[in-house]
Parts: sequence; structure tokens; C-alpha cells
Amino acid sequence: MNELAQSLHPRLSVASRFPAHPVAGLAGTSLKHTHLPSILADDPQRAFFEVHAENYMGAGGPPHDALTRIRRDYPVSLHGVCMSIGGPQPLDQTHLARFKALVDRYEPALVSEHLAWSTHEMTYFNDLLPLPYTPATLARVAEHIDKVQNTIGRPFLLENPSTYVLFEQSTISETEFLRELVRRTGCGLLLDVNNVFVSATNQGHSALDYLADFPLEHVGEIHLAGHAEQTDDEGDLLLIDSHDGPVADAVWKLYDIVIGRAGPIPTLVEWDSDIPDWPILKAEATAAQLMLDRHAHGLMPGIAHAVR
Amino acid sequence: MRSVDPEVGRIDHHPGYAVDFVAGLLNPERAVPSIVAGPDGKAAARRYAVYRNNVTVSLIDALAATFPATMRITGVDFFRAMARDHVRATPPNSPLMFEYGYDFAGFIEQYEHARLMPWLADVARLERAWLDAYHAADAKPLMGASLALIPPDQLTDAILAPHPATRVVRSRYSVVAIFAANRGDAPISQIDASAPEDALVTRPGLEVMVRRLPPGGADFVLHLSAGEPLGAAAAAVLAEYPTFDLSANIAGMIDAGVFNEICVGG
Repeated sequence: MNELAQSLHPRLSVASRFPAHPVAGLAGTSLKHTHLPSILADDPQRAFFEVHAENYMGAGGPPHDALTRIRRDYPVSLHGVCMSIGGPQPLDQTHLARFKALVDRYEPALVSEHLAWSTHEMTYFNDLLPLPYTPATLARVAEHIDKVQNTIGRPFLLENPSTYVLFEQSTISETEFLRELVRRTGCGLLLDVNNVFVSATNQGHSALDYLADFPLEHVGEIHLAGHAEQTDDEGDLLLIDSHDGPVADAVWKLYDIVIGRAGPIPTLVEWDSDIPDWPILKAEATAAQLMLDRHAHGLMPGIAHAVR
Repeated sequence: MRSVDPEVGRIDHHPGYAVDFVAGLLNPERAVPSIVAGPDGKAAARRYAVYRNNVTVSLIDALAATFPATMRITGVDFFRAMARDHVRATPPNSPLMFEYGYDFAGFIEQYEHARLMPWLADVARLERAWLDAYHAADAKPLMGASLALIPPDQLTDAILAPHPATRVVRSRYSVVAIFAANRGDAPISQIDASAPEDALVTRPGLEVMVRRLPPGGADFVLHLSAGEPLGAAAAAVLAEYPTFDLSANIAGMIDAGVFNEICVGG
């Protein structure tokens, strides 16, 4: 486990309800309740599962039963979708308290949120909305990250977004913005390689340049997902971060480059709509696991840092 | 925390990008915000439309997930058009999608194109109650054996605390029959919609149960849930429903897991 992984891993406490189940070097998938019988029918595999935190913020019932059963056998990644960290208004204290309660209850191996926002005043828009990158938004987002980390008592990972528009007021590049957030707050990063590819295509820049500029040494988790194709006003390709199909070949290639540079970082395959049967999703994770293992075996301990 | 001038702090908390960006998200008539663009001076109409579409479609999807029987009754296209109107008029105030849709039944009641289906709003109410029960706190239901331990002379003063999942939905229509027939995929035969039905929603374990209450049963559950002692609740119901079968109703409610615990001598 590298230093970052160690610092992000929850401290073992006497009161742990679950086994520690390390997540280092593993591939995983989004947890979908339709897959639960198939997953539980298998013996525990080398894998982890990621859940959207909000789906487990009810008081009780089947969601908590499912997550408890999964957490007994697997490392779990708690992925927040609607903290609105990238929004201008103060974080919702009630939501933050619910988030902390989940972190305490399930002792997740990984905790993450998005560089995006979704609530304005009282309205929740249920989408990851973009923000301009300026010194003022940087200060505000850093404040929000501090607030979350102080509340949950551990660092979390911030995910790079998929974007479809640019803000005229932006003065800072996304990679610089993320790098500076890490420096100011001590958070880690969740590198969504599909988002890198989607944004690069939509904004007309090179995904490889973006990755060359990305602070890979702070990445504690990688996301892979499928995207859909549309066209913009000029008839050019516009990619949509749809999570409704297999990971694209171009994204697998970028992923191979990333873990070649950064080592076998825990990797999650997201699939949130048009959800396939379990064997199909499991096969995507197996493909990621094979690549992770190849890079793990190709690297001697300690060399990962030298290669970066 | 920070010590900022309150006025500055207030302004700082509301920079324009969020205000400008959300203005057109739920309103297709509004222009694309001037603060966004595509790269190299490209237009942003279709790009901004991705966010518009994500917001509206994901919220319609959320309603579709909560109200599947309502959607089966209306058909998908009808439902999505109705849901789109509701989403635009009443977007969520909570980031928890399982808390969205409490106003949907009321919206359906006023929805012009649903006037020929007067029972539709009650089906939506029942589906909303179903989801409440699904996410309600876990608690052990009161067992008949616990009730049997109460000395008969203390029963009239006993107070039965409702299980966190328990909900009652009253209707002038056959809401339980319509709900049950449309909640799954099985073929549907003719349903007489005109028989008034009260639905009891419970979740004694992990599975949500929906039952039809006998006449007076809803009043009985509601009186008891309001904290009235068993004797007073029974008297109130018997006054209105002289043939009300008290012991059969209590047995049915215990079986459904309506209650969480019983208090006597308090």
C-alpha cells in the first residue's frame, strides 16, 4: 500500500464492526441491488464495491441490510454524489451529518465526492453541475473540503468532472485547480479516466496532455465507465458521461497508461443505467483487475515512486 | 470558523455563476446562460442542453422509480409528460431522491389530462407510502405473545406505539386492488374501481406489505397511532362501525406488524 493509500485508509479502531478488508490493488464495481443475489451466491472474490452514499441515507430497510452484508465480505467505497462541494453556498449541515453517519457506520475503505455542485438555494438539481475555476471558487471549494474532512475525521478523494461547457470567467486550468485543492486541504483525488476522455473530447484538448499534468501521486482511486455520443451545435462529437455501457477502448488505453505510471490504484467500473446482468459487469471489473495485476507484478516494491 | 464581515460574507456566498447557470435548467424557454461557451468560441446551446436534459430526465426517472404502478396505469409516455410538468413546477428540495414525490399525488389530482382516472392520485399516494415504509427505521414488530401477557383489566389503558414503517392510505376508490394489479408485470383483468378501500402499509421485516383494511380498520389504526389507549380507540371506532370486529382487527394488525411496542400502566 502506498503512502497515500495508507493515509486514506481508516484507522483501525477497537469498535470496528467490520473486518478491515484492504482495497489496495483491487478492481471493483458499482453495487446494484439487482446483482445482490448473484454476488452473495458466490464465495467472496477479490473485489470491492462502491455505493452512492445518498441511496443509504434512509433510516433502515433493505438498502442497509444489503450494504451490511456486502461490507462484511468486501471493502466498500462510499461515493457521495450531492454534497455540492463546488457550489457557492455553504454545505448542507444535515446532509453532512448523514454522510458522516455512513462513514462511521460502514467504515469504508475509500470515501469520495465530486468537484461539482447540484443544489442551489433550496432546489436540488440531481446532476453534477460545473463551476468556473477562479481564485474565488478555489478558496470556496477548499473551505468546503476542509469542512467535510473535519466532519468525517479523515481525508477523502475528490473526483474530476465530465464537462460540456466552459466558463468565460475561468482563469485556472482544471488540473491546476485540483492540484491546488490537494495542497491546501490534504485531500486525495479520484481520477475518473472516462471523465478525462469525455471532457477532453468536448473541450477540444488532449486527454494525454491532461493526464501528463494531473497529480497522479495523489490519486487514491480510479473510475472507469461507458459514455454515449451526441453532437454539439457545430455538428462535432459531444460525449456524454452516461454510465450506460461498457468502457470504451480509448478509455482502457488511457487507463493502461495511467496505471503504468502510477501503479495499481484501486479501480472501479461504474455502470448506473441500462444495468446489465452481473456477469457482464463482473467481466468489466475482471478486465481492469488483469491490467492492475499486470502492472503490480511489473513493479517491484518501492519502484512505483521512482517511476512517477 | 472564519471571521468575515457579514455583508462581504453574504455576497461572497452568492457569486453569480450558480444563479446564472440554474436559471434555464428547468425552463426550456430561457436562453442559454451567457457565462458559458464551447471551446474556441463554439456555441453552447447543445452543450448546455446536456445539463438541462440530465436534470429533467433524471428527476422524471426518479418519479418513475417511485411510482411504477401509476406509470403502468397511464402508460410511459403519459406518465413522463405528467412527471415532466411536475418536475418543472416542483423540483426536489432534498438531495435524497427517495424523499422526492410527496407532492406528486396532489399534482395528479389537479392534472387536467388525468381527470378520467380519479383513482390515480390515490395509487400514487399508496406508492409514496410504500417507499416510506421501505426506508423506515428497522424495528421489531409487536408480537401477539407480548399482547397476551397484558392482564385483561389493563388492556383498555394500553397504548400501542406504531412501527416506524406503518402507513395508512384511505381512498374513495379500490386503491389496493388497482395498486396490486399494476405494481408487477402480470396481466390485468377488469377492476371495479368504485369500491372504497383503505390500504395498510407495513414492513415487519425487510419486505413491504400492502393490505386492504376492513371498514373501521383505518380509523382504528389512526386512533391508536395518535396515542389513544386501546379502549378509547375501540370505543371511537365502534361508535361509527357497530359491527367492527375488535379482536379480528387486533389480530390482523399484529400479523401485519403495525405496532412496535405496547405500554401499560403509564
